[in-house]
Amino acid sequence: CTKDLDRYPFYDLNTESVYRDPANYIQVLAKLYAGFNLSGQGTTGSPDVFEGDGLDEGETSYLRAYWYLQELVTDEAVVAWNSGPLQELNKTTWTSSNDLMRNSYTRIFYEITACNEFIRETTDEKLSDRNIAGQDAVNARLFRAEARFLRALAYYHALDLYGNVPLVTEAGVPGNELPKQATRAEVFSYIESELKAIEPLLNKPQQGPYGRADQGAAWALLAKLYLNAQVYTGTARYTDCLTYCNKVLGGGYSLTPEYAHIFMADNGVKARSEIIFPITSDGLASQTYGGTTYLIHAAIGGRMLGSAFGVSSGWAGNRTRKNLPLLFPENAEGFDSRAMFFTIGQNLEINDLTVFTDGYGVTKWSNKKSTGENGTDPTLTFVDTDFPVLRLADVYLMYAEAVLRGGQGGTQAQALTYINDLRDRAFGNKFSGGTAGRITLAELTAPNFILDERGRELYWEGTRRTDLIRFGRFTSGSYLWPWKGGLKEGKGVSDNLNLYPIPSTDIVANPTLRQNPGY
Amino acid sequence: PALALPAAGPHTLTSAPLPAVEAVRRSPAFSGSVSGRIVDEKGQAMPGVTVLIEGTSLGNSTNAEGQFSISNVPDGPHVLVVSFVGYNTQRLPFTTVAGQNTALTATLAENTTLLNEAVVVGYGTARREDVTGSIATVTSRDFVKGQVTSPEQLIQGKLAGVQITTGGGAPGEVSTIRIRGGSSLSASNDPLIVIDGVPVENSGINGAGNPLSLINPNDIETFTVLKDASATAIYGSRASNGVIIITTKKGVEGEKTRVNFNTQVARSENYGKVDVLTGDAYRTLVKNAVAQGKIPADRASEFYLGNANTDWQDAIYQTAWTTDNNLSVTGSVKRMPYRVSVGYLDQDGTLKTGNLKRNSASVGLSPRLLDNHLRVDVNVKGTWSDYQFADQGAIGGAVRYNPTKPIYSGDASKFNGYFEWLDPADGINPYPLTDRNPLALLTDKRDRSTVKRSLGNIQLDYSLHFLPDLHANLNLGYDISRSAGTVFVPEASSVAYNVKGLNNQYKQEKNNKLLETYLKYNKEIGGQRVEALAGYSYQDFYTHSPFFFSRTAAGELLDPTALAGNPYKSQYTLLSFYGRVNYSFNDRYLLTGTLRADGSSRFSPDNRWGYFPAASVAWRINKESFLANSQTVSDLKLRFSYGRTGQQDVAGVAGDYPYLRSYNLGGGSVRQIFGNDTIRTLRAGGQDPNLKWEETATYDAGLDYGFFNNRLTGSIDLYLRKTSDLLAVVPVPIGKNITPKQLKNIGNLENRGVEFALNYDVVRGEKFNWGVNFNATINRNKITKLLLVEDPTYLGSPVGGIGNFQFVQVNSVGHAANTFWLYEQKYDANGKPVEGGSAPTTAQYVDQNGDGLINERDRVYGKTPAPKAMLGFSSNLSYGKANLAFTLRSNLGNYVYNNVDAGQGTYFGTNTGLQYASNVVPDVYTTSFQYGQPFSDYYLQDASFLRVQNVTLGYDFGSLWKESTSLRLTLAAQNLLVLTGYTGLDPERGNGIDSNFYPLPRTFTLGLNVGF
Repeated sequence: CTKDLDRYPFYDLNTESVYRDPANYIQVLAKLYAGFNLSGQGTTGSPDVFEGDGLDEGETSYLRAYWYLQELVTDEAVVAWNSGPLQELNKTTWTSSNDLMRNSYTRIFYEITACNEFIRETTDEKLSDRNIAGQDAVNARLFRAEARFLRALAYYHALDLYGNVPLVTEAGVPGNELPKQATRAEVFSYIESELKAIEPLLNKPQQGPYGRADQGAAWALLAKLYLNAQVYTGTARYTDCLTYCNKVLGGGYSLTPEYAHIFMADNGVKARSEIIFPITSDGLASQTYGGTTYLIHAAIGGRMLGSAFGVSSGWAGNRTRKNLPLLFPENAEGFDSRAMFFTIGQNLEINDLTVFTDGYGVTKWSNKKSTGENGTDPTLTFVDTDFPVLRLADVYLMYAEAVLRGGQGGTQAQALTYINDLRDRAFGNKFSGGTAGRITLAELTAPNFILDERGRELYWEGTRRTDLIRFGRFTSGSYLWPWKGGLKEGKGVSDNLNLYPIPSTDIVANPTLRQNPGY
Repeated sequence: PALALPAAGPHTLTSAPLPAVEAVRRSPAFSGSVSGRIVDEKGQAMPGVTVLIEGTSLGNSTNAEGQFSISNVPDGPHVLVVSFVGYNTQRLPFTTVAGQNTALTATLAENTTLLNEAVVVGYGTARREDVTGSIATVTSRDFVKGQVTSPEQLIQGKLAGVQITTGGGAPGEVSTIRIRGGSSLSASNDPLIVIDGVPVENSGINGAGNPLSLINPNDIETFTVLKDASATAIYGSRASNGVIIITTKKGVEGEKTRVNFNTQVARSENYGKVDVLTGDAYRTLVKNAVAQGKIPADRASEFYLGNANTDWQDAIYQTAWTTDNNLSVTGSVKRMPYRVSVGYLDQDGTLKTGNLKRNSASVGLSPRLLDNHLRVDVNVKGTWSDYQFADQGAIGGAVRYNPTKPIYSGDASKFNGYFEWLDPADGINPYPLTDRNPLALLTDKRDRSTVKRSLGNIQLDYSLHFLPDLHANLNLGYDISRSAGTVFVPEASSVAYNVKGLNNQYKQEKNNKLLETYLKYNKEIGGQRVEALAGYSYQDFYTHSPFFFSRTAAGELLDPTALAGNPYKSQYTLLSFYGRVNYSFNDRYLLTGTLRADGSSRFSPDNRWGYFPAASVAWRINKESFLANSQTVSDLKLRFSYGRTGQQDVAGVAGDYPYLRSYNLGGGSVRQIFGNDTIRTLRAGGQDPNLKWEETATYDAGLDYGFFNNRLTGSIDLYLRKTSDLLAVVPVPIGKNITPKQLKNIGNLENRGVEFALNYDVVRGEKFNWGVNFNATINRNKITKLLLVEDPTYLGSPVGGIGNFQFVQVNSVGHAANTFWLYEQKYDANGKPVEGGSAPTTAQYVDQNGDGLINERDRVYGKTPAPKAMLGFSSNLSYGKANLAFTLRSNLGNYVYNNVDAGQGTYFGTNTGLQYASNVVPDVYTTSFQYGQPFSDYYLQDASFLRVQNVTLGYDFGSLWKESTSLRLTLAAQNLLVLTGYTGLDPERGNGIDSNFYPLPRTFTLGLNVGF
């Protein structure tokens, strides 16, 4: 009875059984989306990565890992938790053995390889082999295009953080070969070609279900890619940036009337018209200790009350350095509602990075609905707040910046209109009927206005490091923030820090990789 | 007379093939009697010796004067079999004449070398002198005495090449058993354990600490350890890490009913604790640090610094008592020998609230039927164990918890009165980012399980009527367990406050089946003897655990919207064909060849079957003419063997289907939102479809020796074990597969070593006897290949995680498995280790490659957790009726990473930035480190030790009130003393990393054994 040796799992599916049933396809796709937010197959206990390595599972959430590297290293945020790796981010003094590099890098490539697997199993050939036809095949092809978008998004993050990374696609890595490293420019080209290739395959903007990637998402991501092309490849692509900004701008999106609503528990409804691509969250159905649950809890400490943010507790971690509040000067005409700081019991200055009350609190993220109710989780642990990865305001700012940097396909007048639209909202002009906070063309074209305005509009949304690098202010001694370089008053740091190191662990595992300079 | 090879069990010597006379029935009138006296070599009377007339049910045992008498013996020639545990069985021919008494006297020699004893080998037994492989046996006579709750503890320190490391002091705690070092990196390194012919699964049972602890050690008669491939290859795919064959006690045919009652009571107490700061010392440290500007001023506020002086370790530990009672009845009903035993163990842990209650029972029957052509062995063992698990999180918690805070808050209405840090965000909930009150963890949590396990088999051995040399053997076995447990935490408790307490259940059932059948043929012609065996084996392992929802203390669903998950259900099957040939010529030249083919459901059809051959030769030099009359050399045997064994036990790291890319459905709380829909997720796993057998080739050269009439015996073995297609979970190069770690056949590994064993009867006298046993093992382990692609710049694969991505060990080519991989610490002029800041710098660590950076290329491949040498020394001294025995164990050159110092020897605890403060260890006075420096070799210490494993003092009162009764009183001390230079709590950590663990207590046991 050697057939008793053919044992198969009783419940878990395997590659063949999964793809034979068309009903499973959307569940695999759901995992690829969830990969940007959730830590595993349970709220805790079944992590996607680093199972058994004894770490805080919430910290392995893609969004949380990414946010660490984009925000804690900048003028916008510091964390009080006194762990060595986090404090290295606070102080811009990391090395290739900093765990948090490995955390984010591994997460990004988990996403990429999971997408590769789905893309590999949904070719037309495989669909027909498995008799997936009709509407099932149409759906599968759409899902495949979306998976390619998600992979491009993950590669974009890899490109931005680590530059020269292994480039693995659905073609896979044959036999015993090791993944091959690509240059930053090659990764750039790959993302560009992928996004362009899937553009016609995706849903029209805002036509699919909320939370799914559509053409608007592909356009906005292309715009972002081109805006930073100078950094990534040495060649500016501002005209291309404008091309894709214009596509988004013609896509039927509109600003949410109130700025604060973009970051609240019901933002999936209230800010839907503005959010081009979200990472969705739900306090009951989609739980993680990363994602926005982290963003909200970690920002609460000192005299801040969790109940004011619709959560049960604070984790007393994140505050801002003084640079950010100082971007919001007193304005005689009105109040910029984007300045969402908690100052009671908090010091503007940071004497000690590990003291929560040093540095203003930030109240931007909340699990309260715009109506004042709490999110859906009755224990007030997990939040409903979606994270906008791409939103219209960012495209307005990209448009303006690309125009100012000499891109063709837009005008300064239009740029001014877009910026003033943002400022009208910020100052509540729609409700007051006033013009408070509006700027002139001269103010728009002043040095660093765009960078500052991006800080005001997009702080704590995971773009700051990229913006500072594009403006040449991330490492230089000409722009400082408290504890930059490990000094309380701040100091310039080595230019090699503009790129994160390939984590030491992958350098060890894959000897064909070359470390980024200076590590 | 020449002794035919019995088919199973060492006890079968007393019932070897019968003379034909048995069949002839005589009337009682034509009968006589036989009587006599049995003495030992010193001429002392031996009470309780079994005397049997072979082939009949006639028998008796000797009285206190060593005398026996058997009447109604039919006329004719007989053989009297005289046996006693630990002595060579004597067979005395005599002839009875009607109405007359035959007087016989026998002197039994102590069986010091067990040379003529049958030893258990795979699928049968062999005479020790015929064995060509490396096999070591410990019988009940030499077992560790005292508080032994799990079988493996019986032989700790007794055998060369066998390393048994106790996992901790919890009742029923798991031990790690390693035979000749580990042959694998990630596949199991546990030996195969065969109990009465049934290979048992050792992968753990939910709700039981250690599955072996479900076997009552009191039922065990012998432990046989098969070490080299020649001995183990018959077990093929599961034999790479050695095989331990356990036989249980059995009845003897014709034996009088004998009752044995054993009771003992033990007192256990921890004899050390982790050195942490007292409340006063902590307050001083914090205030000084604030004054020096090391930490922010508010860290000295009352919020962080209370007024208490709490010793949290004192709060969680207790003196623990254990009682263990065992009753056995052995005897023979007609031709049916039996043994029945029951046992009851009640063991408390030194960590408060931990307890194990084990009820066990066993029945063994071994009738001989069909004119002794059919031998039947039936064994059924069962245990019912009730565990109360103490939450071992309290151990680390007590070491970390702030000593300036009180145990009780003074407010009984909250958290059952326990002190807790409150969540600063609401001032109501216990703070989720810090440890729970360690005592609350113990007293508030009721974590109980009931585990029932039964193990049994029926073995039929039939020697064909027309061809008695041919035996057909059928063995049907089972190993089933049922476990169920509940974890309950009341709603008021801080332990699970935010979820309103816990009331969670689990259940598991395991059904493992075995079918084995073989044919064996023996033939002796002239001086040549041949044994051939061919067999088939089918073993199936099935596990099922139903799904349970998480519930609050009130029994309500924790998440009313949660979806039901899948039960856990898993099965794997092993099919095997095997054969063995033994050949001996003139008792001088011995040859064994083995082959096994194994099919495992764990591999894809392309890689499913593995073939495992072995061969060995032995030369009994003492049988040669030039030594035959030697007064010095009584035994000398030279052995060589080679064989290949396999390993497929990867279930611990990759489950039962490691080659199938599995898709796993996510829970209801981790769905993805698409518009108004919430979609459950399907996650692809990172399996490698090409997984195949790991193989180990073993070379062994051994010499067994005996001198001075075997007063000095022992053996020495040299071995080399080469594992190829090593199964290891390694970090895969990112992008190669979905998961960042994967189980792969990744490389090669070598173990080479020397084992030395010596037994010496130092004094053999009238009243005074002293015997010693010494064993030594030297093992060197080296990884010889470890990568998909060979690359000389490959640094290795990090292992030895201490949390948060931090790995302090590495598997690297040219180095031993789990070699420590740390930076070389620099020290200042005062000998204080230099701290570099939050990120490592060249000021702090030696820049090994001189590139001005400190990164992975500067880590030093250093010491290993495995000892360079392991020594064991046992002594057994008796004077008259008193007896004193002890066992010492020593490991030399083993290194331990002191993760308690590394984790807490910094100011971090005083300044977590997380609105609580925790304790630190005194090492902070030395280092003054602000941050943990986990990669500093400062924390790596030589942990060589000498442990006084046990000391036993016994007194034999002999027959106090009636003949052939016995009474023995024993006082045993275990873990009496450890001598070491290691600064942490215990130097013996199997993986070389000393994180907080359950301390091994010092135990004193008083035992009473009554037999009648």
